[in-house]
Amino acid sequence: MPGKVVTITSGKGGVGKTTATANLGVALAMENLKVVVLDADIGLRNLDMMMGLENRIVYDLVDVVEGRCRLRQAMVRDKRLPELYLLPAAQTRDKTAVSPSNMIDICNQLRDTTDFIVVDSPAGIERGFQNAVAAADEVIIVTNPEVAAVRDADRVIGLLEAEEKGPIHLVINRVKPDMVRRGDMLDTSAVIELLAIDLIGIIPEDESIVGAANRGQPIVLSNNSQAGLAFRNIARRLLGHSVPFAPLEKPGLFQRFIKLVRSEGE
Amino acid sequence: MKVLNRLFGRRQPSSSEVARERLQFVLSYDRANISPGLLDTLKDEIIAVISRHISIDPEGVEITFSEGSRESRLEAHIPLATNRGGRKK
Repeated sequence: MPGKVVTITSGKGGVGKTTATANLGVALAMENLKVVVLDADIGLRNLDMMMGLENRIVYDLVDVVEGRCRLRQAMVRDKRLPELYLLPAAQTRDKTAVSPSNMIDICNQLRDTTDFIVVDSPAGIERGFQNAVAAADEVIIVTNPEVAAVRDADRVIGLLEAEEKGPIHLVINRVKPDMVRRGDMLDTSAVIELLAIDLIGIIPEDESIVGAANRGQPIVLSNNSQAGLAFRNIARRLLGHSVPFAPLEKPGLFQRFIKLVRSEGE
Repeated sequence: MKVLNRLFGRRQPSSSEVARERLQFVLSYDRANISPGLLDTLKDEIIAVISRHISIDPEGVEITFSEGSRESRLEAHIPLATNRGGRKK
C-alpha cells in the first residue's frame, strides 16, 4: 500500500505545529511504521531542532528539487527508531524555491517506500502553506483554545474545504484544565463546535515540552508525560484505532454544584 | 464574590463565554466573506427605501446575519411607527 501524506497546519504561528509534527512522526515510528517527517517551512526550518537532528543535515528539500542530490541522500535517519527519517527544509532560501507540483513529485516518490509522510507546514495561507498541503491525503489542523488561533484555524479549514482536501482532523493543543475550570479558557467542546471538524487529539499544556525541545528529544519518547501520551493516542487514532479521549476537563465537585444551581435558575 | 454572584444569578459572563460568543460572530462573517460594517450600510439603505412607502421606527430596525449548518441568512426586524406611543406624549 502506498504511503499516506499527513500535513500539519494551523494558519496562526506558534500553536505547536512543529512540535506536533515531530511527536506524531516519532509516535507513528514507534508503531513500527516507516515514517518520513518533512519540513516544508523553507527559510525558517525548525523540525530538525525539535528532532535533535540539526547537526546531521547535509542536503535539504531544495537541493532535491534543484537536482543537486538524490532524494535518498537528503533524508536524515533518526537512529532512535528503526525507520524514521527527516527531510529537512532549506534554511537560506524562501518558499518560492519549491512549488506545489515539486511537493507532489517528492511525496509520490516517498510513498513507495514509506507508510507515513508527515509534513510540517509553515504558518500562513500563502505559498508555503499551498506547498505543504499540495500532496496531503489527510490534514491535521493544530489550534490553541484562544480566539486568534481558532479564527485562523477556521480560515484554513475554509480554504482546504474549498479545495476539497481532507479528511481534516483537529488537534487542540496547550489546553490548561485549571483555566478551563475557572472559565478563563475556551473549553474543547466550544472549540470543536465552532470549527465543526473531527477531533483527533487534545494535548494538555505540559512544561516538559520545553525541556524536550531544548534537548531535541520529542516528548513521546519519555514515558511519564501527559502530552506524550496524547500524541501517541493521535497516532493510534490516525491508524484507525478508537482511543477514548482522556478526561482532561472533568469538572470538580464544586463546579458541578455551580452548574446545577445555574441550570436550575434558568 | 464571583461565586456569590453566580449563586444569585448576577454573574458576569466568564472570559471563555465571551470568547465563544465573539468567535461565533466573527467566524460567521469570515465564512460568508462579508464585513460587519456592511450591515450598517444595508440598514441605512433599507430604512431609506421602506420609509418612502411606510412609516417605520428607524431606531428599532435591526439587521442581523446568522449562519446555520444548512444555510446562512440575513434577518431584518423592522418595527412600524405607531401613533399610540406618540399621543400620550
